[in-house]
Amino acid sequence: MRVRRLELTDFRSYPQVAVDFEAGPSVLVGPNGHGKTNLVEALGYLAQLASHRVAADAPLVRAGAERAVIRAVIVHDGRELLVELEIVPGKANRARLNRSPASRPRDILGALKLVMFAPEDLSLVRGEPAERRRFLDDLLVTRLPRFAGVRADYDRVVKQRNALLRTAYLARKTGGGSTDLRTLDVWDAHLARHGAELLAGRLELVDVLAPYVEKAYDAVSQGKGAARMAYRCGLAEDGDDVTADRGVLSARLLAALAKSRADELARGSTLVGPHRDDLALRLGELPAKGYASHGESWSYALALRLASFDMLRAEGTQPVLVLDDVFAELDADRRERLAELVGKAGQVLATCAVASDVPESLHGARYDVAGGEVRRVR
Amino acid sequence: MYEGAIADLIDELGRLPGIGPKSAQRIAFYILGADPADVARLASVLKRVKDQVRFCAVCFNVAEEERCRICRDPRRSDEVICVVEEPKDVIAVERTGEFRGHYHVLGGAINPLEGIGPDNLKIRELMLRLRSGEVKELILATDPNTEGEATATYLALLIKPMGLSVTRLASGLPVGGDLEYADEITLGRAFEGRRSLDV
Repeated sequence: MRVRRLELTDFRSYPQVAVDFEAGPSVLVGPNGHGKTNLVEALGYLAQLASHRVAADAPLVRAGAERAVIRAVIVHDGRELLVELEIVPGKANRARLNRSPASRPRDILGALKLVMFAPEDLSLVRGEPAERRRFLDDLLVTRLPRFAGVRADYDRVVKQRNALLRTAYLARKTGGGSTDLRTLDVWDAHLARHGAELLAGRLELVDVLAPYVEKAYDAVSQGKGAARMAYRCGLAEDGDDVTADRGVLSARLLAALAKSRADELARGSTLVGPHRDDLALRLGELPAKGYASHGESWSYALALRLASFDMLRAEGTQPVLVLDDVFAELDADRRERLAELVGKAGQVLATCAVASDVPESLHGARYDVAGGEVRRVR
Repeated sequence: MYEGAIADLIDELGRLPGIGPKSAQRIAFYILGADPADVARLASVLKRVKDQVRFCAVCFNVAEEERCRICRDPRRSDEVICVVEEPKDVIAVERTGEFRGHYHVLGGAINPLEGIGPDNLKIRELMLRLRSGEVKELILATDPNTEGEATATYLALLIKPMGLSVTRLASGLPVGGDLEYADEITLGRAFEGRRSLDV
């Protein structure tokens, strides 16, 4: 899979821009703040329907414009696919595939599969559990787009259930008393059903991904330490293992909800479910978070992305690889090794402020990005 | 900007669902230029809809009398009730011509985020209807989204002890569609609700 052309209208700093890309490695070079990352961010948005930099859509639309449009031609198996997405902050986005409207933006997921390395990745290792859950869920959707629906359904149920618990909590606090909790059982059942589905997806993913992470870390760090990854599930707190059987998971979630109901009512929020889980990253016997050095943390973050790429490739898709400003963060050794490891990708797009930061082997096509213009120079 | 009556009209139209500022302006100027008789008819319909239309005392569909047209129809079966969220859902099911029973309009779905619980819906009234003993089957036709599914589950739990047959509308593939183009959620649901093929 590769991106043949990217066109942006009123996206971030660009009123209008069009760039043609080729297979193999390309480097986008330009001073900071001139819009390199905006280009790859747009591609990331097409692949995930979310930005890797911001949570809200408003910053993606150029100041003064009403909407932003991302348009990309994707080549896959020799066929061209035109994917268009219109971002209107505060409203539902609109998507088109080969010029016919998609019934939901979600339908374009899978059209572009992409693995992105970004400076923000360090927080996969050092940040909060939410960052790692997002990493897993994003990869889950890239691998099996059906999970976009599972994830949305689950989030919605948690929101509704929290609203119900919150009203009950407030009513109790103000002495109002009779809040309607009769529907709580219903929300429990739905949370267990969608939660089990999401949980099973994550567990299966971690099972498949873990060996790739170990291998990738070994390659990036040149054999310094073993990276082990495990899904940390709230259901496993009693010491038993969790397996990816949806029926069993659903029953266990229901039991856990029943057990923590009093607690949930006292705190007014849902305390059980995959939205509270984490991905445990260990180096040797120690947790990576808090113990790994800066360099080791970076190696781990790179290993997670490389493993994602290797797994998708082994499963038959060749994702586009994006390296957004990561080389500046790495020492010379890691740069070379990373360049070597991603060299096998069908298409690599790397951004950097200084061209010499990017190892020679990735210097294919070169684009200069400055002042809102993108110019191919080689 | 505009002033006086035309500005007021644009403001009022702009508050309607699905009408943005530009559409409001276009409609306002269309009305300004339209035949006075047409405008008078529109005005009188608008007034009448609030004065005369009310909700059916039995099923809570929109009606002009105490009971709606469907509830008054003696040819329809009293044994089946189809539960829907909104009056427009009644129209949708009626268009199929497949259903010859009665309806019950809940007036929404359970939605804690908007503060809507079972007491805000016509659920007590539904239970009263079911107690009359004539109803044998209940079809739950709430929307196939999070809130509609939760409402259906809630009703099913409530009604199960009464020994009625409770069914949920199947959600699946659109007729005339290509399997290849069905999204995976729809296709997944269609798989879940598959049935044996009688030949």
